[in-house]
Amino acid sequence: MSFRIASSPHQHNQRSTAQIMRMVTLACLPGIVMQAVMFGYGVLIQLLLAIVTAWLSEAAILKLRNRPVLPRLKDNSALLTAVLLAVAIPPYAPWWLIVIGTAFAIIMVKQLYGGLGNNLFNPAMAAYVLLLVSFPLQMTQWLPPASLQLVALTPFDALCSIFSQYSCSGFSLSQLQSGVDGTTMATPLDTLRTDLSRGLTLSESMHSPVFYAFAGSGWLWVNLAYLAGGLLLIQQKIISWRIPVAVIASMFLLFAIASLVAPDSLAGPLFHLFSGGTMLAAFFIATDPVSASTTDKGRLLYGALIGVLIFLIRSFGGYPDAIAFAVLLANMTVPLIDYYTRPRTYGHRTRSELK
Amino acid sequence: MSQFKELSIQGLWKNNPGLVQLLGLCPLLAVTATVTNALGLGVATLMVLLGSNIAVSVVRNHVASEIRIPVFVLIIASLVTMVQLLMNAYTFGLYQSLGIFIPLIVTNCAIIGRAEAFASKNAVLPSAIDAIMMGLGFMLVLLVLGAMREILGQGTLFDGADLLLGDWAKGLRIELFRVDSHFLLAMLPPGAFFAMGLLIALKNTVDNKLKQNQAIEKGSIARARVTGTVQ
Repeated sequence: MSFRIASSPHQHNQRSTAQIMRMVTLACLPGIVMQAVMFGYGVLIQLLLAIVTAWLSEAAILKLRNRPVLPRLKDNSALLTAVLLAVAIPPYAPWWLIVIGTAFAIIMVKQLYGGLGNNLFNPAMAAYVLLLVSFPLQMTQWLPPASLQLVALTPFDALCSIFSQYSCSGFSLSQLQSGVDGTTMATPLDTLRTDLSRGLTLSESMHSPVFYAFAGSGWLWVNLAYLAGGLLLIQQKIISWRIPVAVIASMFLLFAIASLVAPDSLAGPLFHLFSGGTMLAAFFIATDPVSASTTDKGRLLYGALIGVLIFLIRSFGGYPDAIAFAVLLANMTVPLIDYYTRPRTYGHRTRSELK
Repeated sequence: MSQFKELSIQGLWKNNPGLVQLLGLCPLLAVTATVTNALGLGVATLMVLLGSNIAVSVVRNHVASEIRIPVFVLIIASLVTMVQLLMNAYTFGLYQSLGIFIPLIVTNCAIIGRAEAFASKNAVLPSAIDAIMMGLGFMLVLLVLGAMREILGQGTLFDGADLLLGDWAKGLRIELFRVDSHFLLAMLPPGAFFAMGLLIALKNTVDNKLKQNQAIEKGSIARARVTGTVQ
């Protein structure tokens, strides 16, 4: 038996960036599949468009910056950004929307700051905000879940309507938005928001067919699928439990209090946790290792801040879902959070000196 | 003549108020959504700058240095008022679309900056040339920004030029491509920040390339020197 003498560090992190990014992307799969089942095949085409755009723009800008292209493409970070953006936008949005968004995410938000590891903001969410601010109409045209759609959509219809704005049988997107009863349907969060602003109470609004059980029809299953993928990531120790738990706990707490105080004008915590992009945000977006906080305490704080912001914007702000804005605002506070939550280095200062 | 050349290079490129000094960013970013707006504000700023540089240069020996800033501001403010009234009278549409940014020319630091840094120390003629060159440099940046944002935002160039130049200018409008939904971000202030950043980056790239080329032409190899600077 031989003793090898090696200098520190003695424990190695066995996973490379590429592996981590690949695992996170794979963990998105249940959610993506569920989204395709519930909302049609559009999301798959958007994914394809996003990934191709991301790779092309990453390669182009790396070439411009005289950096090695292939090794950077192989780290899968552009892939993950593309996936996160593609699942966040409406599945039947026109093709140029996702192309503009992904190119912006990679070129402006990621590479201009210096590439992977240097970006201040989450690229996918910054691109989402860009699209939401620039093209509000296209970004809110969510179709009702497949079970409520008036016309069943085939994969070819998805292709037609993404590239020409009309399905193969000639329906426009706004016609397709109509549900079984002929009225135009929005997402559950949007419906709730509009109804409440029209003076309806929560229980009156909940009669709309877009709601199912305690959450939105279709959305519940999508969120559950992302939750499953996220739990897998925590089990594999790819992401820390702190951020998702902080996001979910703070949202749960705030919405619970709010719905106790005003039961007829604010929806309950379960509805909000399983509507919109909550689970996707908590497990996949907020945990981005580059733009999130890196200390243990900081992660709790960062996650809680996102939860609070989501609560504030969803309840009192101008947008029905608030993930992107909450994440970007929290991204801005990360340097400060990290500065004040630096762990004590062993042997340097005592606990009392720190205070 | 060499002074004229030097002043031109300084104003248009090396010391450009928009790209290098980063002065007057507020109007620069706020009104450059279209080429027409940019041209309108560029001309107005150029006029005020020319007038203020000449006036400041004329009175430079009669104003005590303790009260020079209030005097400069008074001169600039009265010139801006004149420009504002002129625009109100002759280009009313543009006057309305530029809105508050015409009176805000008073606070444009590019103008008071030139008054303080150049006109108060130089004779009338160089001051006037400096004003024209600085004003042109500022206007060029405004125009390029306006063009970038207008093309990205709505796919046109010179949209609404008739507001500034009269009815014949309606024919100037060029439609590069037709879009159903405008790219709002390019027309909103954040788009101006993006465009401005890209423009500055482009200028720095060009400068670096020029420097490299010069170094190659001279055939000089940069030596590391610890004391003094290589002249």
